[in-house]
Amino acid sequence: MPSIGDPGRSGASPVVTPIPMRTRVAALAVHGVNVLSRVSGRGSGTVAGGRVGLALDPAIIRNLTAGKTVALVSGTNGKTTTSRLLVAALGGGHDHSVAWNDTGANMPAGHVAALVHRPRARIAVLEVDESYLDHLLEVTRPEVVILLNLSRDQLDRVAEVRLLAERWRKAFEGQDGDGPVVVANADDPMVVWAAGPARRIWWVGAGQVWREDAVGCPACGGRIAFSADGWACDHCPFARPVCHGEVLDRELVLSDGSRHALTLGLPGAFNRSNAALVAVATEALYPGRSFDDALSAMAAVTNVAGRFAVVVRHGHPVRKLLAKNPAGWTAIFDLLDEVGQPDEPVVLSINARAADGTDPSWLWDVPFERLQGRSVVAAGDRCLDLAVRLRYAEVDHQVARDPLEALDLAMATAPPGGALTFLGNYTAFSDLGSRL
Amino acid sequence: MTRGPLRIVVVHPDLLGTYGDGGNGLVLLRRATWRGYDATLVQAPSHEPLPPGDLYCLGGGEDGPQVRSATELIEDGRLVRAVEDGAVVFGVCAGFQLLGTTFPDARDQPRAGLGLLDLVTRKGPGPRAVGELTALIGADGPPSADGAPWPKLTGFENHGGVSTLGPGSRPLARVETGVGNGDGSGIEGAWSGRVVGTYLHGPVLARNPALADLLLSWAVGESLDPLDDHDEEALRAERLAAARSAS
Repeated sequence: MPSIGDPGRSGASPVVTPIPMRTRVAALAVHGVNVLSRVSGRGSGTVAGGRVGLALDPAIIRNLTAGKTVALVSGTNGKTTTSRLLVAALGGGHDHSVAWNDTGANMPAGHVAALVHRPRARIAVLEVDESYLDHLLEVTRPEVVILLNLSRDQLDRVAEVRLLAERWRKAFEGQDGDGPVVVANADDPMVVWAAGPARRIWWVGAGQVWREDAVGCPACGGRIAFSADGWACDHCPFARPVCHGEVLDRELVLSDGSRHALTLGLPGAFNRSNAALVAVATEALYPGRSFDDALSAMAAVTNVAGRFAVVVRHGHPVRKLLAKNPAGWTAIFDLLDEVGQPDEPVVLSINARAADGTDPSWLWDVPFERLQGRSVVAAGDRCLDLAVRLRYAEVDHQVARDPLEALDLAMATAPPGGALTFLGNYTAFSDLGSRL
Repeated sequence: MTRGPLRIVVVHPDLLGTYGDGGNGLVLLRRATWRGYDATLVQAPSHEPLPPGDLYCLGGGEDGPQVRSATELIEDGRLVRAVEDGAVVFGVCAGFQLLGTTFPDARDQPRAGLGLLDLVTRKGPGPRAVGELTALIGADGPPSADGAPWPKLTGFENHGGVSTLGPGSRPLARVETGVGNGDGSGIEGAWSGRVVGTYLHGPVLARNPALADLLLSWAVGESLDPLDDHDEEALRAERLAAARSAS
């Protein structure tokens, strides 16, 4: 395996940048707060410490990433998993060679904590909340940026899809020729619009099952028509760009004709797409590195912060999945069809706390009709919203607010030792994780 | 016994499809078919002429798509003619605003709406109105389908518009908690004839089956059999309690 210490860009040897004293003090404070927070049991501490660090040194992210090779990952769905796959592809994960925000805290406080936690890392892989991408581009001056997809998510909290795409676009317009290589999903018109002004773009046809937010052309207001070959506006030249690589079933096919098997430890077509983007990003960072090395390193990842993990409860394997918005749930239903039995019981757990978005109306954009024929239990703070949605989807269901109680109800409908699936949105998923 | 046919049309889901408001069409479809009506649900995309219908639903959407939808509907002309022929129209948020006479585009320039409601919307000066809303449908609201007193209206609002009613339309409800039309009148939504508009998501017809049944009873022209709404009642009780404790 090639060494991972040297950034691929222009082959320059890494520059040792002195860290300012103010940043050192702030970093110590971050460390201290996080230790206290963990010891006192008040939380994993990443966000609390990060906030202190930002207060003591507003330039802390800029200073801690100076001299590091930086990769940013953003998009509505798949950020955490894609970041984890990139860390694996870059040889990190088990040591301190790559700093990354492994808890999924993807706003600046989380970035600070990640950088302080692994101070000697030469590489930083940062998952970035969509509304902070412009800020992180400016302060970290990344070598590579992976853009996954943009779709509706938490509309009561985050700017609507088109406003976000415009913000990204403005940020890339402001980048000079030294800007990052952008590895972007060519199958999502909103991503293509957002990434368009970047100086160096490697497009990957990574697929996008959710198209409901990209029908109106962001360039002219015309209509985007999707076909087997891609997509194009019916009014202006805006169309799917020529790709450096494409995901075709279970392979990544590059423009030079080479084919690379996307065999992963994680299930689902969307994870194969994420891996394809990571493989191309790895090539952008380290031109000499073989695709298949990167892909085999990714194959060792079998769960990401508990997502996709299988735990055993009362003799039943329980697959734990997380989805936060209509596009994510649609992709997860594809995964259920791929990996499980068609009548496997499912527990659905929905919260609407601040981190989830406080309006669960999006449940009505999720095709729950696809669960007809399964035994379904609705759980979580908003189990009653879910129950009404399931009634109109004509899906037989039971209701139990407590997710463990819901799992036990679902188990009672499974054969002895039969598998079941737990599907939760953000805080519902973390709640279960801490109790299983 | 099969009754109907009843055609429910979701207008421009490609443009007015955010916030889960497409669910209103599904709620109407199921509440009709569960009662034995031969009902169909049609998704009417913006690039095709508007299909014939008895009940049209318009949902929330972003600024650009809202303008495009209004332009298409005005050019097409069928929605206004359908209302003249007795069709029922139900608009939510962006879909509510474009039923009025004018609404603002992304640059705060006034755009022509369909004029089915006597309503002018402009951009509000303050932050977006976001959160749970409860409201009371009173004597100036539409009559309930079963003649019984209206249960409270509950939903989730998320908009930056301020809407003012003219004399040609009446208030749908009076705000109890939340913002609603936001022009200081304390009004939420509007109605005239068989055209109803509201800012509420949820979707609003899932959280207010009595409102769904009013629209259905207008469309089928007769009173409706009751349904077992215990799932909806449980949700309503929880949301109304949550709005009370938050206010």
